[in-house]
Amino acid sequence: MGSTSAENHGTEGVGRRDLIKRSAALGLISVPTMSFLSACASSGGDDSGDKAKAGKKTAKNPLAVNDTAGMEFVLFDGGFGKEYAEDAVKIYEKNFPKASVKFSATQKIQSTLQPRFNQGTPPDLIDNSGAEQMDMGVLAGKNQLTDLTPLLDAPSYDDPGKKVRDTLRPGIVEMGRLDGEKVWILYYAYTVYGVWYSQKALDSLDEQYPETWDQMLAVCEKAKKKGMAGWTYAGKYPYYLPFSLYPMIGKVGGREVLDAIDNLEPNAWKHPAVKACFDAYYELYKKGYVLKGTPGLDHIQSQTAWAEGKALFIPNGSWVENESANVIPEDFDLAVSAPTGIDSSDKMPFGTIWASGGEPFIIPAKAKNAAGGMEQLRIMLSEASSKNFTGKVKSLTAYNGGTDGVTLTPGLKSGVAALDKAGENVVNPRMQDWYVQLQKEKIGVSGLGEMMAGRLTPAEAIKKIQAFADETANDDSIKHYKHQ
Amino acid sequence: MQHGKYRFIVGFLALPLGLYALFVVWPFIQSIYYSFTDWTGLSPEFKMVGFDNYSRMLDDDIFWKSLQHSLLFALLLPVVTIGLALFFAFMINVGGRKRKNGPVITGVRGSSFYKIVYFFPQVLSIAIVALLFAFAYNPDSGALNSLLRGIGLDDVQPLWLGDPDLALWAVMAVLVWSTVGFFVVLFSAGMASIPAEMYEAALLDGANRVTTFFRVTLPLLWDTVQSGWVYMGILALGAESFAVVQIMTTGPGGPDYSTTVMVLYVYQKAFRDGQAAYATTIGVALLVVTLAFAAVVMRLGRRERLEY
Repeated sequence: MGSTSAENHGTEGVGRRDLIKRSAALGLISVPTMSFLSACASSGGDDSGDKAKAGKKTAKNPLAVNDTAGMEFVLFDGGFGKEYAEDAVKIYEKNFPKASVKFSATQKIQSTLQPRFNQGTPPDLIDNSGAEQMDMGVLAGKNQLTDLTPLLDAPSYDDPGKKVRDTLRPGIVEMGRLDGEKVWILYYAYTVYGVWYSQKALDSLDEQYPETWDQMLAVCEKAKKKGMAGWTYAGKYPYYLPFSLYPMIGKVGGREVLDAIDNLEPNAWKHPAVKACFDAYYELYKKGYVLKGTPGLDHIQSQTAWAEGKALFIPNGSWVENESANVIPEDFDLAVSAPTGIDSSDKMPFGTIWASGGEPFIIPAKAKNAAGGMEQLRIMLSEASSKNFTGKVKSLTAYNGGTDGVTLTPGLKSGVAALDKAGENVVNPRMQDWYVQLQKEKIGVSGLGEMMAGRLTPAEAIKKIQAFADETANDDSIKHYKHQ
Repeated sequence: MQHGKYRFIVGFLALPLGLYALFVVWPFIQSIYYSFTDWTGLSPEFKMVGFDNYSRMLDDDIFWKSLQHSLLFALLLPVVTIGLALFFAFMINVGGRKRKNGPVITGVRGSSFYKIVYFFPQVLSIAIVALLFAFAYNPDSGALNSLLRGIGLDDVQPLWLGDPDLALWAVMAVLVWSTVGFFVVLFSAGMASIPAEMYEAALLDGANRVTTFFRVTLPLLWDTVQSGWVYMGILALGAESFAVVQIMTTGPGGPDYSTTVMVLYVYQKAFRDGQAAYATTIGVALLVVTLAFAAVVMRLGRRERLEY
């Protein structure tokens, strides 16, 4: 700084050109590499107690919501849109006219909310869903979530004599637990997974939906003769295959096989039932019953090929009806079935299906108005809001019932029928919400995807998947869960 | 007379350097700091874990796969892209035959049209390009396989992005397609500034096109080529490879991790698996790779500067 002793720096003076060159080079490098990472640098949230004071507990306000406190609600704007939530927000605003509600919908849940969690200023209610879903295990493990037990024990919106938890479909409360008794997540939608097909196409083959694998192969053979492939699936995202494969494994070997897999028990994948089911699926490939080119198709492309009648069956979830609405022909007569089993020696009856909650709602631990968030959920779990959802987006909700008087679309109707038929025999594998990377990339893409593309035999696939599962079990940077 | 020189310099540079330190250098330091913690990215709490993340990284097969692919991107893409771009630029600007009454040095017929054609992909966002090609690679109804069927090759129906042996090449081809035009234009500009007399002299001496290119054009264009080389390598390591792999390939990350790259792995660890600290560790590795790449290219490419 204004140094007079220039000779100190004489030979190695700043050198404008060099400086500019160097800084330009550095800047150029930094842009694509790391700067985006630190954009979410944590800035140490302050835990000042600016939480909303509790309101007055009344019959109409069992959660003691402060009727002047603001409430912020962030929704995942995905396949179900945002209208259903907006309608529910209107009810909240009507019930608490003095409260200001801030509602927003986004597809970028994590990029929007991660910095706010880091700063300790999250919203009061979040639909933590979609491709950018935040890891629930991490959130719960780091004490970032509110226990929803008070909501479950509150009287339901429609009937003060009934608790909210008694109005929910089976499995919803259990799914919201990670470990221990606390309920961190409320799954609002209710998804039926299985084998989806066109009843019309099946009728044109003069066939019923096959109950044993021999029948399945016979139906596929018949379809092949008519120039139609038996199966297609989201080849680029082969983790759609488990939607019918996992319940099939459960049907063949019993629930405990699926539980062992979820618990990452040693040799869980080496159970004979897994081998039998893998062999069965591999046979579809071997006999040429899978639509040509399927391993290179994404979910939309495969659904489109299926809707165009190029393939008979596709493993999928009940959102497919809404997602493919624009490509499914009028007279398609969409139907879903529980997966085909091997034969009559299977442990569980035909009809065993995978159904479980979707659209996970959470309330952050640092929410200013947690009671408000819960009240909003209580409103959404009323019969009227549930009917509104089902009518608008062709999907069931966690509310048990709520379909009377709603005109059901063919797919939804068939889903309800499949649930009725299944009765108690509903399985709920947890891989996809407990171990995302294991389920999607390792089991899905590197295991099942490779096998169905004919690049692995079932035995090799099982060996590989077991190794992946062991790796995850031994990785202490991942939180582990157990069925209780 | 030296008095006040540094005050002058500091006065001018303080603000930009301050901004640079705050927005470029500081995030670097922060990222490196986080790589020594167990920060999840989802809560403000974390503690120091020393070199745990680094030793974990060295044991991580997927990390090594992604490093391998990233290096392949950084080495191969610039060679192919810049090689093609040099060829195209040469043909457009110099490679034409002499036409009656025309200038001595000229491009091939229709060269101005080609220039537009080559540059066109540059106008499209990389996301759009990736989507377009994802459709073209569709094995069932995509343009490529339809073309193959059209010319009677019914048996040759590759799975493209669904085949672990092809997916990486398919993705690279898209990057070449989308970036080559930029370099054609860059090199064309460089060639335009080479004096025509040099070419005329070479022609009079009986040099053919190949000799002209290697003896005249390339040496005079060397600086531009070198900058282009570094630029392309950084693109291939960073933003562009992320976009195409994320949008186009299976998984994403390709069948059996055949296309996963470092930037994608950073993203997945930070924003899918809730392991932001481990992600910054991979980010640091990526920084090292990028710096090493730039240093190697600068060093290997050092040549005497030709003045003209």
